[in-house]
Amino acid sequence: MRKSIKAAALSAPLLLAATAPAMAQSVDERVNELFASSTGWFVNLIFSPFPGTSFPWIVAWLVVAATVFTLYFGLIQFRAFPHSISLVKGDYSDPNDAGEVSHFQALATALSGTVGLGNIAGVAVAVGIGGPGATFWMILAGLMGMASKFTECTLGVKYRNEFEDGHVSGGPMYYMTKGFAERGLPMGKFLAVLFSVFCILGAFGGGNMFQANQAHAQISGVVGDYPGWITGVVFAAVVFAVIVGGLKSIARVTEKVVPFMGVMYVAAALVILAMNADKIGWAFGQIFEGAFTGAGVAGGMVGALIQGFKRAAFSNEAGVGSAAIAHSAVKTKEPITEGFVSLLEPFIDTVVICTMTALVIIITGQLIQDPNTGLYLLDEGASTIQTVDGNKGVALTSAAFSSAFGWFQYVLALAVILFAFSTMISWSYYGLKAWTFLFGEGQTTELVFKVIFCIFVVIGAAANLGPVIDFSDAAIFAMAVVNIIALYFLMPIVKKELNSYMARLKSGEIKKYS
Amino acid sequence: MSNKIVLGYDDSEAAKSALAFAVSLAKAQGAELVIAHVLEWSPYSFLTPEEIEQRHKRREEELKRAEDALLAPVRKSLEDDGVTVSTELKYGHIAETLIDVIKKSGANHLIIGRTGHSALSSRLFGSVAGSLAQAAPVPVTIVP
Repeated sequence: MRKSIKAAALSAPLLLAATAPAMAQSVDERVNELFASSTGWFVNLIFSPFPGTSFPWIVAWLVVAATVFTLYFGLIQFRAFPHSISLVKGDYSDPNDAGEVSHFQALATALSGTVGLGNIAGVAVAVGIGGPGATFWMILAGLMGMASKFTECTLGVKYRNEFEDGHVSGGPMYYMTKGFAERGLPMGKFLAVLFSVFCILGAFGGGNMFQANQAHAQISGVVGDYPGWITGVVFAAVVFAVIVGGLKSIARVTEKVVPFMGVMYVAAALVILAMNADKIGWAFGQIFEGAFTGAGVAGGMVGALIQGFKRAAFSNEAGVGSAAIAHSAVKTKEPITEGFVSLLEPFIDTVVICTMTALVIIITGQLIQDPNTGLYLLDEGASTIQTVDGNKGVALTSAAFSSAFGWFQYVLALAVILFAFSTMISWSYYGLKAWTFLFGEGQTTELVFKVIFCIFVVIGAAANLGPVIDFSDAAIFAMAVVNIIALYFLMPIVKKELNSYMARLKSGEIKKYS
Repeated sequence: MSNKIVLGYDDSEAAKSALAFAVSLAKAQGAELVIAHVLEWSPYSFLTPEEIEQRHKRREEELKRAEDALLAPVRKSLEDDGVTVSTELKYGHIAETLIDVIKKSGANHLIIGRTGHSALSSRLFGSVAGSLAQAAPVPVTIVP
């Protein structure tokens, strides 16, 4: 008897230790279930296909918008490209304005909000489902998205609010209210409120939960599996310290390290491509072939197209309206110059960085092909392509890069954590601007938002990738629905600004300083 | 030929010695003194969204603080002393901006204080005094 009690006493802690991970896992599971069931209807609404097809209407919405802006502004993304570069270099900056935010700084800050997991994990999701052909549509979406970004960022600066103490608030909600009023259009206020609601959801989703989720996936990939909420709590604590505690030093370090990481990421990709130079032609062949035939990919060509456009929009956020918030704080005499600068963003983000990721995944042979037919093999559910070791999302990118350099997974893990973090900080700002638009500026209302934001970090890290990515996409695309409606109504204003600026540039009234 | 001296000035001890030296020289030569203060700034640094939002306000504050605390008192005391003096307040890379001030004002002499950097940091990043001694278009006097 005695012995058995002793044995029980001894085994109790062991038993506890054994059940602890199970309990922890069940916390993750419960969070996941609750989250998936409460957001499902919203996701279905945004991604519902056209009747009788499998083509989601939201993808068509984005493509049509980008095409309209591209045509309406006469291929502005190509025409204004050299001028945009001169602006960023500071050729047109008045030296007497030194000390104000430069175009370069505005671009760098906006980029550190967009360059992130979309470029690393999102692209892997796209080629994992849509095959190499998705890359083609992604690049095309990136090029056309430049025109959307140009439109929204010009408006963002033009209609921002300048407060008496000198601080500035801008973004789609401000051009919706002020721009619509100026043109005598109704519903501006309604759109602004709707946009703000979606922007807050987007900040919690793609700008937060998706980041936390993939950061956890990356860390557990390196150190071994452990419950997601632990990563969530740590991340939430750091985010809290920065956005609530005003710990600027962390944010500043991130802002400095992120561009460095971005350059390093592209450099590593270029080295891997150079090492496999003989396969680059083949990879582009796969991309073009897949783009138009959808060879052996789930959903065929349309599947590749949908994935390409979806992930491009998610990565560069063109037409979403978030960049309009980021750029509008810049002090400039000409709103249109900020539009020019911002059109470089989708180029750098999607056409350069996303393409690098896709090429590395394709070239290192992560997607398994049938050796006889050359078609990609699908996994059991026939929804994704089989990969070496069954990796998906960020793990697929990690595997692709580490197949060339074993140590790169550690660099990538660090990059993912930093990208995730800087994207969260940026989106906490976007979400906050929408929040204060709805509830007014003030310390208490701002604090409420920031605390909720931190709670979502934990939920995001604990939930599964599927529901998180669905909700993140849905929220961000919902922003685009409202924002693009406003852009259609306000684009004549941008055209007027553009024509006036171009005329003055030609006449020499706007001149270079250096 | 009119004699004009540019003095690179900040709140360091070395700058105060340089000021004293510049004043005695200006008096002796009957020269005009341009006191320049440069707020270090690079258009290629990185800022957070909040910093961008606050930047315009901060800039005004920084300019006001430098003018009130640094330049105005010196200008007043020198004017009372009978020295012809003007001030320049700029943002930018310190050495490059001082060179711009020299060129624009048509000065023929630059006086700066020697700030006490460690040997290592000067070796790595160069010192302002060192780069000015090499790059300035006019004779440079470095005051310890």
